[in-house]
Amino acid sequence: MKTMEITVTVNGKKRTETVETRMLLSDFIREQLRLTGTHLGCEHGVCGACTVLVNGKAARSCLMLAVQADGFAIDTVESLVREDGSLHPLQQAFSDNHALQCGFCTPGFMMTLVDFLQENSNPSEGEIREAISGNLCRCTGYANIVKAVEQASQALAKQGG
Amino acid sequence: MKPASFEYLRPASLEEALQYLADLGEDAKIIAGGQSLIPVLNMRLSTPKYLIDIGRVEGLSYIREEDGYLAIGALTRHVELEQSPLVAKHCPLLLEAVKWIGHAQIRQRGTVGGSIAHADPSAELPCVLAALRGEIVIAHADGEETLAAEEFFLTYLLTSLQPDQMIKEVRFPVISNAAGYAFTEVARRHGDFALVEVAAVVELNENQEIALARLAAGGANPVPCVLESVEDFLIGKTPDDSLLEEAGEMASEGVEPDGDLHGSASYRRSLVKTLTKRALQTAIQRAGGISR
Amino acid sequence: MANLIGQSFRRKEDYRFVTGTGQYVADIRLDNMAEAAFIRSTYAHARIKSIDRSAALALDDVYAVITGEDLVGKVGLMSEMESHCRLPKHIEDQIKPIMKHNVEPVLATGKVKYVGQNVVCIVAKNRYIAEDAAALVKIDYEPLPAVVDPFEALKEGAPLVQDDLDDNMQAYFHLPVGSWDEAVSKADHVIKGRFTSPRVGSNPIETRGVVASYDNRTDFLNIWSSTQMPFEIRHYVAKLLGLVEQNIRVVAPDVGGGFGPKGGLYPEEVLLAYLAKQLKRPVRWIEDRVEHMSGARHSRDQIHDLEVAYTKDGTILGVKDDFVLDVGAINYFALTCAYNSAAHFRGAYKIPVFDLTCRIALTNKTPNVPYRGAGRPEVVFAMDRIVDMIARELGMDPVEVMLKNIIPAEEMPYSQGMYYKDGGELIYDSGNYPEAFEMALEMSRFKEIRANQEQWRKEGTYIGIGFSSNVEGTGVGPFEGAKVSIDPSGQVILHVGSSSQGQSHETVFGQVAGDVFGVSLDRVTVKNGDTVALGYGAGTYASRSAVNAGSAAHLASVKLREKMLAVAGNVLEIAPEELTMQDGVIFAVSQPEKKITFPELAAAAVPGMRCKVPEGMDPGLEATHYFVPPTVTYSSSVHAAVVEVDIETGFVKIKNYYIVHDSGRVINPMVVEGQVQGGFAQGIGTALYEEVVHNENGQLLTGTYMDYLLPTSMEVPVAVQGEQEYYSTCNPLGVKGVGESGAISTPAAIANAVVDALAPFHVKIDRLPVSPNRVFDLLQDTRSEEVMMPK
Repeated sequence: MKTMEITVTVNGKKRTETVETRMLLSDFIREQLRLTGTHLGCEHGVCGACTVLVNGKAARSCLMLAVQADGFAIDTVESLVREDGSLHPLQQAFSDNHALQCGFCTPGFMMTLVDFLQENSNPSEGEIREAISGNLCRCTGYANIVKAVEQASQALAKQGG
Repeated sequence: MKPASFEYLRPASLEEALQYLADLGEDAKIIAGGQSLIPVLNMRLSTPKYLIDIGRVEGLSYIREEDGYLAIGALTRHVELEQSPLVAKHCPLLLEAVKWIGHAQIRQRGTVGGSIAHADPSAELPCVLAALRGEIVIAHADGEETLAAEEFFLTYLLTSLQPDQMIKEVRFPVISNAAGYAFTEVARRHGDFALVEVAAVVELNENQEIALARLAAGGANPVPCVLESVEDFLIGKTPDDSLLEEAGEMASEGVEPDGDLHGSASYRRSLVKTLTKRALQTAIQRAGGISR
Repeated sequence: MANLIGQSFRRKEDYRFVTGTGQYVADIRLDNMAEAAFIRSTYAHARIKSIDRSAALALDDVYAVITGEDLVGKVGLMSEMESHCRLPKHIEDQIKPIMKHNVEPVLATGKVKYVGQNVVCIVAKNRYIAEDAAALVKIDYEPLPAVVDPFEALKEGAPLVQDDLDDNMQAYFHLPVGSWDEAVSKADHVIKGRFTSPRVGSNPIETRGVVASYDNRTDFLNIWSSTQMPFEIRHYVAKLLGLVEQNIRVVAPDVGGGFGPKGGLYPEEVLLAYLAKQLKRPVRWIEDRVEHMSGARHSRDQIHDLEVAYTKDGTILGVKDDFVLDVGAINYFALTCAYNSAAHFRGAYKIPVFDLTCRIALTNKTPNVPYRGAGRPEVVFAMDRIVDMIARELGMDPVEVMLKNIIPAEEMPYSQGMYYKDGGELIYDSGNYPEAFEMALEMSRFKEIRANQEQWRKEGTYIGIGFSSNVEGTGVGPFEGAKVSIDPSGQVILHVGSSSQGQSHETVFGQVAGDVFGVSLDRVTVKNGDTVALGYGAGTYASRSAVNAGSAAHLASVKLREKMLAVAGNVLEIAPEELTMQDGVIFAVSQPEKKITFPELAAAAVPGMRCKVPEGMDPGLEATHYFVPPTVTYSSSVHAAVVEVDIETGFVKIKNYYIVHDSGRVINPMVVEGQVQGGFAQGIGTALYEEVVHNENGQLLTGTYMDYLLPTSMEVPVAVQGEQEYYSTCNPLGVKGVGESGAISTPAAIANAVVDALAPFHVKIDRLPVSPNRVFDLLQDTRSEEVMMPK
């Protein structure tokens, strides 16, 4: 097959789309679904800017074909903001701590962290640094990102998850 | 960096996959986790006519203990090894090695079969498999074969896999409770491919002499290098600093590294010595910790 | 009366970034938009014999396949960035530069001169198809000898990189300050060393990209580019395509990092504009990372042959430097980096004699442009390494020699006896370098480390501490513009000519303007990066925005405030001097019932019979100011690195790092701290991980992120910061630039720390990066008898 119909649940909404089988998941999300919050930094699986959740777990969308996501749930950065426009504690924490400058790597970091914080409610600095080591940032030098995660983990713990 | 066009096939069963391979093998590539293959496709370094996605094949994802082996289905993801109580119990060397594979996002998708088939000599799983004298079960339309690791890895990124064959299962020998183990690696950055890595297993007898030794180095040879002469040398000896020094020296002489941007041949050789010493030291400590 | 300045406000721009609703160039979608891809040269030097595009053109959904020949006579040649090339006459007289003009076609014609040069452009329905078409184009190359080493390039008879030049020396200058021979005659010793800062790539996480769209009805070109200099792009697109500048709008949308190399004109910007008009549809091109590794410009690549004359008590009498800068196939920035190197060489040291010779060599490599530090990190590395070497020769502590030679506080403002590139005398306006050093010594617990090193070594632990200082000319001209107005809603709208790639302009300049108008930050909207907003703009680079755009914003706001008070006075029939402005209301302190709100005032300024603007002033509430700095203003920093070296593997671990910096008056402390930490991270990359490597044929060996290593969260610790705040005397706000300081001293401090850690082995580090393999080789060469077995 050179094209295929796939069904993907994206940010909670079921979508049925026809795609070229060679289309990368990252391009499917950006170009076909028009969710441009997920960014392309390298397209060979190193920088992490394209990170999304695949069935709730962080994965590099540039290293998947859209057809491989058939039947899966995909969550992108656009799923984080609340319906009333208020920010998820992670987004709030990033802004509070100046954990972003140009903002290009930020969505990838946040999706990695959504997964990480679900599994680790009270991470140490070392654990945080390891968790984000697969995401590259060229602007911030990571220090404030770590601070943001510390704040977010406390806020999420208060919320009860 | 977009892949060239291909015909996409998604077999539901192993039989179907093997039939595709039999019919199309020369012009086809298998995709499982895609963590190694997709960058290659994106850069158009490979432009297969057919892409066989085995990601949905039933019955290839499992971890079982049988006959002294940890039998791991080819589609088992690295993260499943990380989380498996069986792995922790029966082959903690493997657990320690898996943590060095890339980053969490890679381990989420990458598969054991994929890593073994890719055969990068600086990858962690081939090194552990070689050290433990593991096996690979190859399947094709007409049946199955079991190969030893040393028969399977031919050279850098090349295995004995024929176009109509695929990996079905990878078998890691179980490590005894009494054994000490260590997997140690150096890489330029956290998560990078190893410059050099060493996998070690050691068992001590009641006189605290080395009764069993398994040792392999990665990143220093075109294939994972089993350091058999060092293993033989260690048997019957009492571990001390000068023994480890000698073992390390011997190990560094047993490899034939190629130099590249990240490490010259002489540097890699030296790393083999250092990491052999360090791995043995840790393995011995861990072995001694279970006193008889 | 600053309320906002000095406070760490959360950024106004964050909301869209954290919600994934920012708009980077790759996010722009226009109706009927086609996509471009490029075929880039795979040879460092070759003649293009033929290009067969028939198969590519035959593919469905391929709209155009363009070669260099198609553009001859239609698209002009690219050349130097004029705004960066002008040298004041008195500098020319002093250094007598040789500068050769060089050009590059937008698509290669006749020859390719570096791996990565654009050769063919494909326009298709989408990137997938464009790449399919690219694979079908057959280019027949005749390889030619390539020159890759700059010293080889400068030899007589070397293959020429630019055919119309006689040799590969693109530029040359000699800058003497005082007499080197005299310094040598007075010295007890002269030490020599060669120091190499290799080629690196800035690698913002967002690659480059361009979208161009042409509107036939209004004859108007819209260009979006991930650029640092939208106004320059507009100028050159107009020039090279023979268009009217005001019929072109260039917008830098959200830009995902720049750091220097996104400043300057790129061929893709010109070509996409041309194609949008030709093809009568919008076209976009988004660079992929592999393209970026050779198509986006490289940086640094300097080799310094340095001599220092000094006395036996460690006093430095003079410095003589002879350096080569490998600029690649074409020099777009004249002496920008090279003269920066000259100007910043002595840094915080009091060295009266300085003799520098520079040769800029052309090679068959990607062009080399300024990147964070722009010539400063290279010389700080050379200088602080050799100071460290001098100390060890004399058996003195490197800190002692550094402090001995540092400019005393009481000698400020301090003249280095030469000019800065902008023509001003190089006089450090404010700062206190000894104090910064003392702070760094204190923070790093230097004394404690020195006291323990011996014992640690006995235990097999090799820990070292290294220092580096720098003084940075910031806020360079030529100018920056700001236009501020009051919207009918009452909102203060500020347009600045410089554009952000993460530097927080929307917040920082909001703070500046907000203070003038007495309003809170949410009442100010800052826009940047759009050529339609202002007549002239320069761009964001060289740590210049806070100084130039900040001052322009301030002065434009002051102008407007004055006008507003005059208009209000007219409306309220009271002298403007009696009025005050606070929270969007103008009122008379003595008669508070006489008041007018910003919206009411805006309405009163609308032209017409009811306009209340006083005689002699134009209607409307708007003011523009172009700030021209008198010269640069000097920020400074001292870095201290504490490292541990594994002497068996050569790995360097940073245990602690400290940066004491003076960035002048700080508008937003959180932003400043982030800039320093970010610069530091790039400094770690330069120090330990990054190197662009070519083989002897000019083939790029570091072509992906497997081989070009950017540091991750595991490699970049927190740099603990100490602050000084010596106001600038060169602008009304007292601010200094800070964007680059974190990157400038990091390689030197780390290299010195490694040397210190390995003191028993007497290693000499004279090139970057300090990779584990290099440390291993150094230890092999100088293994001493006292090696202890590590535990």
